[in-house]
Amino acid sequence: MSEGEKVAPAAYEQVVRAADATVAQFDGPKRSALGQVQHFLHIYPTMVPVIVLAISLAVFGVLAGGKFFSAFNLSLILQQVSVIGILAAAQALIVLTAGIDLSVAAIMVLMAVISGKLSITLGVPAPLALMVAFAGGTLTGMLNGLMVTRLKLPPFIVTLGTWNIFFALNLWLSGAQSIRSQDIDAAAPLLKFFGGSFKIGAANITYGSILMVAVFAVLWFVLNRTAWGRHVHAIGDDRDAAELAGIRTDRTLVQVYALAGFVCALAAWASIGRVGSISPQSFYEGNLQSITAVVIGGISLFGGRGSILGALFGALIVGVFNSGLRLVNVDVLWQVFAIGWLIIIAVAIDQWIRKVSA
Amino acid sequence: MSVQPILTARGLVKRYGRVTALDTCDFDLMPGEILAVIGDNGAGKSSLIKALSGAISVDAGEIRLDGQPVRFSSPLEARGAGIETVYQNLALSPALSIVENMFMGRELRMPGPLGQWLRMLDMPRMRAFARDKLNELGLATIQNIDQPVETLSGGQRQGVAVARAAAFGSKVVILDEPTAALGVKESRKVLDLIQDVRARGVPIILISHNMPHVFEVADRIHVHRLGKRLCVIDPREHAMSDAVAYMTGAKVPEGLAA
Repeated sequence: MSEGEKVAPAAYEQVVRAADATVAQFDGPKRSALGQVQHFLHIYPTMVPVIVLAISLAVFGVLAGGKFFSAFNLSLILQQVSVIGILAAAQALIVLTAGIDLSVAAIMVLMAVISGKLSITLGVPAPLALMVAFAGGTLTGMLNGLMVTRLKLPPFIVTLGTWNIFFALNLWLSGAQSIRSQDIDAAAPLLKFFGGSFKIGAANITYGSILMVAVFAVLWFVLNRTAWGRHVHAIGDDRDAAELAGIRTDRTLVQVYALAGFVCALAAWASIGRVGSISPQSFYEGNLQSITAVVIGGISLFGGRGSILGALFGALIVGVFNSGLRLVNVDVLWQVFAIGWLIIIAVAIDQWIRKVSA
Repeated sequence: MSVQPILTARGLVKRYGRVTALDTCDFDLMPGEILAVIGDNGAGKSSLIKALSGAISVDAGEIRLDGQPVRFSSPLEARGAGIETVYQNLALSPALSIVENMFMGRELRMPGPLGQWLRMLDMPRMRAFARDKLNELGLATIQNIDQPVETLSGGQRQGVAVARAAAFGSKVVILDEPTAALGVKESRKVLDLIQDVRARGVPIILISHNMPHVFEVADRIHVHRLGKRLCVIDPREHAMSDAVAYMTGAKVPEGLAA
């Protein structure tokens, strides 16, 4: 391009050349101490549950003394949160896409009932029954995802519907009857595999606790170190922008719901080991407890923000509160009371953090 | 035979209910040029651009790229054919980093089993590539390419979006109102960026309301009015006031005067 044939580079802008040449300033006015905390939490939102977990461990350690901090009690907390923790991992996947899944616990119980019905009542080999449960969990999750993307219904409505549908199916399949522990031991002990444990000193580590940690580790890798995981974050962040940037958002969303369904089926297997029996009435509040863990874990309900590990910390915080308050002999109702405040405070902190743009 | 247009459209029609956004619209982009598209609000500029970039599918008409008929049903397909678009809202994910945004939808995987089996991202290679591209376009002021896009200024975000398009757009780069939200100095940087992209031989379609900017960088100006191409004018032979008069209907271009 030769200079002469073009219009003179806008003469009215010449005066600007005298101005400061820096295009943008990064360091604004010095932040206050509180502002710096806000900025730090904005970059590392998962630090909120980590700090809360550390503080609550310290507080209950002081209040309840050695009883609380014993290896046995800490491993017990891990056991107690394992099923809700795995459900929270599934929930976190959905919440990261700016959705919500009210049906996670219903899928879990339905798959536990299906695997129990097949292996104990119908005599299907246990590995095959579990395979059916995994496929079933994936398909039911996919059903949620298809209704969210194809029918363009809000996830809240879709999963409110499927929660009821899956719960009804599970009552019908089970005849509202539980499968007793000794029947599982006799016909399909594999179903209770995750109830097994080993000892490290006084700590009693169940395979279910290990499964929970493994589920989080794998999902963390997938979400943070693969393209698919970054697409999940991008969809939750701004779905239209992700679509324009060339991501097949509908397809990815169906995959997310299917994966969440599969994780629910894993939780089903873990729950049989944890509870010992298979009850169609169990974990009726599991979906809300999983949402509680996700929210306390600092994952934004508006999508795209937070780490899946937050859900693990959120589940652990709930476990630590329940255990700690029990050890200092506080009535169960005050445990529920405390969790209620934790939820509200966690979301308030999320809103506060999201206000900073930098 | 003269130079063939790289991208052409003939008789594009797009209706939204009873509104006709594109009414048998034609379009031509020559190799290596900056073609500005101007038109009043509601003239159908955005629909034209969306049709060319695959964001909407037209009801009738034909689009040819390099002389071959093409039909895009998604932005991904248009991108695959070498047409990159910078949308007015930039289509960036605010919470993700600059690198992640630049590679959104075409991430690089690690070589060997890590990439093949674990599908692990090759962040070092993506960072190096992103840094190269930003430097090439003089955007070195961006210090940390791992910082979330929401921490950047408007001009820097625009720079990232343009760099993404320039880095991957092999045939055509479309820019929708790239300077609309920017201050004078930031606009200047983006205009320089546009010239840089053209200097590398990639033709650009520039949609803008800013007449001084259009007249400064454009080689030809496509005037859009009432859902179709009214005329194409040469910025060296027409005044800005003529262009505004054509697009608002205050004046009819000479060739068309009946």
